[in-house]
Formats: sequence, structure tokens, C-alpha cells
Amino acid sequence: MKNRIDACFEDLKAQGKKALVTFVTAGDPDLATTEKIVLEMFDKGSDIVEIGVPFSDPIAEGGTIQRASLRSLKHNTNLDQIFELVSRLRDNTDKPILLMMYLNTVFRYGTEKFFDNCKNVQIDGVIIPDMPFEERDEVKEYSEKTGVRAIYLVAPTSKERVKMIAEESKGFLYIVSSLGVTGTRKEISTNFNELLAPLKEGNYCPACIGFGISNGEQARKMADYCDGCIIGSAIVNIVEKYGADSVEPVGEFVASVREALDA
Amino acid sequence: MEKIGRFGDFGGQYIPETVMTAVHELEAAYDKYKDDPEFNRELRELYRDYANRPSMLYYAEKMTKDLGGAKVYIKREDLNHTGAHKINNVLGQLLLAKKMGKKRIIAETGAGQHGVATATVCALMGLECEVYMGSTDMERQSLNVYRMNLLGAKVTGVDSGTATLKDAINEAFRDWCSNIDTTFYCIGSVMGPHPYPTMVRDFQKIISEEIKAQMLEKEGRLPDAVVACVGGGSNAMGAFYDFIGDKGVRLIGAEAAGRGVDTPEHAATIAKGDLGIFHGMKSLFLQNEYGQIDEVYSISAGLDYPGIGPEHAYLHSIGRADYFSITDEEAVQAFEYLSKTEGIIPAIESSHAVAAAMKIIPEMGKDKIVVINLSGRGDKDVYSIARYRGVELDEK
Repeated sequence: MKNRIDACFEDLKAQGKKALVTFVTAGDPDLATTEKIVLEMFDKGSDIVEIGVPFSDPIAEGGTIQRASLRSLKHNTNLDQIFELVSRLRDNTDKPILLMMYLNTVFRYGTEKFFDNCKNVQIDGVIIPDMPFEERDEVKEYSEKTGVRAIYLVAPTSKERVKMIAEESKGFLYIVSSLGVTGTRKEISTNFNELLAPLKEGNYCPACIGFGISNGEQARKMADYCDGCIIGSAIVNIVEKYGADSVEPVGEFVASVREALDA
Repeated sequence: MEKIGRFGDFGGQYIPETVMTAVHELEAAYDKYKDDPEFNRELRELYRDYANRPSMLYYAEKMTKDLGGAKVYIKREDLNHTGAHKINNVLGQLLLAKKMGKKRIIAETGAGQHGVATATVCALMGLECEVYMGSTDMERQSLNVYRMNLLGAKVTGVDSGTATLKDAINEAFRDWCSNIDTTFYCIGSVMGPHPYPTMVRDFQKIISEEIKAQMLEKEGRLPDAVVACVGGGSNAMGAFYDFIGDKGVRLIGAEAAGRGVDTPEHAATIAKGDLGIFHGMKSLFLQNEYGQIDEVYSISAGLDYPGIGPEHAYLHSIGRADYFSITDEEAVQAFEYLSKTEGIIPAIESSHAVAAAMKIIPEMGKDKIVVINLSGRGDKDVYSIARYRGVELDEK
């Protein structure tokens, strides 16, 4: 079977649309709500959903996602429960689902067993923010064997590294919009034309910009530079505010971003 | 061939892409300066004239007689400027930061010793300084917080997680990701992504080089054992490093067993940790079956860390170094013992090393020699030891 991420970007390209990737932390406030939020986000226009696996010490996250992780870990959300969650989601959606998680969670679970389970429950890719390109051997063999994509990241500081990373990327390339950690920002000042110039020189996989995108207008601006945008903290802020009642407001927010992206 | 920045399986560079370029710059700068005669001349001068090196190797005659076994020598890192071994590393890193043109320094601190050392050298070198410290630690080490403020540093409390050393490191990493162009992260131990474990060890290895020279001068031979406490493990790596090739010298690390390794309240990474990847390195960590990092505990804020430097994990894995778990009670007894026996009040961290040494010394022959690396002085701990003993001290 073709990887869902690849198929998704091909479809979007054919339709002349940009990808909307949205994020939610698993188990915040509980896994039943996460399940509803994921389906609602797909329903309201997300093309790809990233499910955050909570970690005790998320060094790449700002306050919003740190707090979501803590809320989730308070009732001991674990990776096996998240595999079960995705398995249930697969009864209702065939869109790409990714996990966003820290390397220790993969490593401690057993990297081979982790990727096998991803394949079994049909998780399409994994984003690991504390695994730089140079340490990709931690997962590469298993990722290739199972077809579960390891999504690599590029940052504003990457410069001459961009091409090297793009050359081995599959699925999509995660472009970190700004220095620092996740969290909404008023302004994103990175020079994307310069940063992403190397991507124009070859036939690389699609690229999406994430970190700090807080509304439809910003999403539109970012997507103009590449193939799509990723929104996390803005959604988690809504979940923080409304808890178990966040399904509807998250849906409204996702719909508003979709509309802006398609305008 | 061994991969760069690895000690066997341990080590590596597990950090977000945002900081990769900066870590490579640091690696390049360190490679350039580490053998540079001018850099080393400046560093040796700072060690001597500012930090008061070499630190003395003291024959603890009363302790030797009292324990009735091996001859005891104490390496007096507590007599360094700022009262601990931490200054050795900070002088090295900040001299490098200056060469790299960095103006802003960040650091994490547990007990506050590394924070104080960093604030001190920033004052000396005219650098801006921000120190991250868990708010729990700020409470137990309020004197050091004030000391850092006196030295002109900004101390930022960290409330997330357990509000101790690991959370301070998380926050320092986040700051570094945000201010990578201007900021140098001065890590306080032999941990983090390559090149830190190697670089920090190199700036601390002067301890073992001095011990070796001083021992040869005093006794005409090498010691039989060197004992040091281990949190992240910088004073121990410093005290061990020059002896690693000398197979006759037993290397012993003392880690914090808190209320006991069979209770949930300890920080004994070697005894109870599992292989993991965290804070930039592959090493041993105290963690649960899903890889969530444990809350750890020790009476000593400086040993209260759920991981250990990768070179220690390696030395342990090949059997070159042994690691003892020392409880709060054993450490406090050693704290009191050394104070009364030798008139030296050791840091509660270093007291773990004293306690470990006291386990082996009586079993060893009188012709044997043990060196205890006394990594810091205990003035900062007097209040917490009094509290531990149930003594109320009014004047603060």
C-alpha cells in the first residue's frame, strides 16, 4: 500500500491546495476526548494529524505543550494506550496519522517493536524533535523496513544542512519556523526564501512549516513558502481552556484555518 | 572506528536541529583551542592566580589512624575559589566562549555551586549571566541564590516538573534554542551532547593530573584507589581520568542512594538506571517502563539528577570503575565525621565520597593508599544538615 502521507500530498497538489497538519497531545484531558478531537479535526479540514505522545521532559516544547503533557501524564497515559487509540481511530478515518514524540519513548519501548506496532495500527510517520539528522541511525533501519516515515526537521539555523537533510527526507520535511520552542508567536521573522532556497534545486519531498503559527492568516502566509503548515500550540491552548468540551471549538478553529488556506 | 563523541555505546548528540549548528561550532572551536598553547597558557594562569590551583593533597593522619586501614589522602578541591571543583570547568568553557565572541552565558545549577562558579567567572570576564535553578533547589540553597545575585547574575527559578536540576537543564536547553546566536550554554557536568562530556572532562582532568604528581612526590607511587562522588559526574571524571590507564588504581564513584535504593527516593543511576536517551546523550537514566524520566531524590541537591555522564556509564560497563550507593544517613554521618576528625567540613555531595571511602579503607592494609576527592566545601550545607538532625537554627 502506498504511504498515506505521500498519497495525501499528491492529492493536494493535484487540487492545487496546501496541507493543513494539526497537532493534539494524547490524553489531554483524556484519551476519549483526544479520539473525538482527531476525528473532528479531520472532518473540519485537517489533512494530516500529529498525535503528541506526552513526555516528562519535553525540551523542545514551550509552556502550552509542556502543560498538556503534564495533564496527560497525571493519569498515566502511555504508549500502548496511544497505539490502541490509533487502532480505534482507524475504524473511522483513513487519513495520515503521525506520532510526535521524544526519542527516549521510542528507544525505551524497543525501537523495532515500536515501528512494528506503528505499522500494525497504521501510523504513517513519526516526528522526533530530539533526534537530529546525524543520529537518524537510531530509527532508520526500522523506519525503512516498516514504511513508517521518520520525518526530519530543518530549523532557521540549518543553512547548509538543509540540502543534506532534504536529500534523505521522505513524507515531508518539517520546517521549524523560528528559533526556540513550540508555542504561538505574534510574528515569524525567518527569511524562508533564503532558508528554503536549496529545496528548489532538487526533487525533494514536500515541506511544511510549523512552530508558532497561531491563526489562519499566519498559516496562509507560511503555506505560501512551501506545501503546508503545522499548527499545534494554538489547538492545545483551546483544549487547555475547554477540556472535555474542546471538540467543537477545536473544530471551529481548524475550519477557520482551512478556509484561510484555501482562500 | 569509534564514532565521534561516543564512549562505547554511550554519548552522542541527541538534540533538536535548532542547536545542531551551534554544537558543531562549539566542537570546532574546542578542537581549535584545546591544544592551542596561548589558550592553555591563559587557562593555566587563571587556574593558578584566580582559582588557587593546584589544590593541595592532604594526608589525613587522624582519619587514617582512626579507621586503621589504608592511608587516607584528601584532594582539596574545596579550597578552590568558589569552594568547589566547578570553577575548573567554568574557567575553561568561558575562556572558550570569549574566544568564540559569545556575550551571554546561561547555565543550570542544582546545589548552586556551578551557578556560583559561572556567575563568578562571568563577573571576571564581563559576560552577561543567567542561571536556571529549580525552585525547590532555590529554597534548599538560598544562600547560593543570593551569592549569584551578588555576583551580578540573574537567577531564574524553574517550577516545571520536579523543580530540580533536570528541570533547570530542560529550561536552559529551551533558552539555548531561543537565543542560539548570542548565547553560550555552560553545562556544569560531564553530560549533555558531544562535545560537552569530553570538554568538561578535559577541563576537570587537572584534578587527576595533580593527584598523580602530588602522590608521586609524597609517596613515590600511585594510590590504590581514588574515590569521588557522582551526580552528573564531573569531579569524578576529573579525579579518575589520568588513572584510567593505570589498572592498579581502583576507581570508585559514590552515587546518592537517598533514603535507600530499594525505596522510590534515591538518585542511584548506576545501581537502578536503564539505558536511555535524554539531555542530549545516550546513557543510563532512572526512568519508568515507558521512558518517562523519574523524579529522583537526594539530600544533596548536587547529586539529585536522574542520569549520569556517558563516560561513567562506559567505565561502569567495562568494569573499570565501581559505583557505590550511599544513603543520606551515611553521607550525613561522613559529613559529621570528617568535620570532627579532620576539621574539614565537606560538601554534602563530597560526603558521599567520604562515606564510600570509609567502607573500603578499614578493609585495606596499612600499606595501601586511598585518595578521596573532596569536591566542595560544606558551609552551604550546614543549615540542611542541622535540619536533618532536627536542630532548629534561628539566625538565618
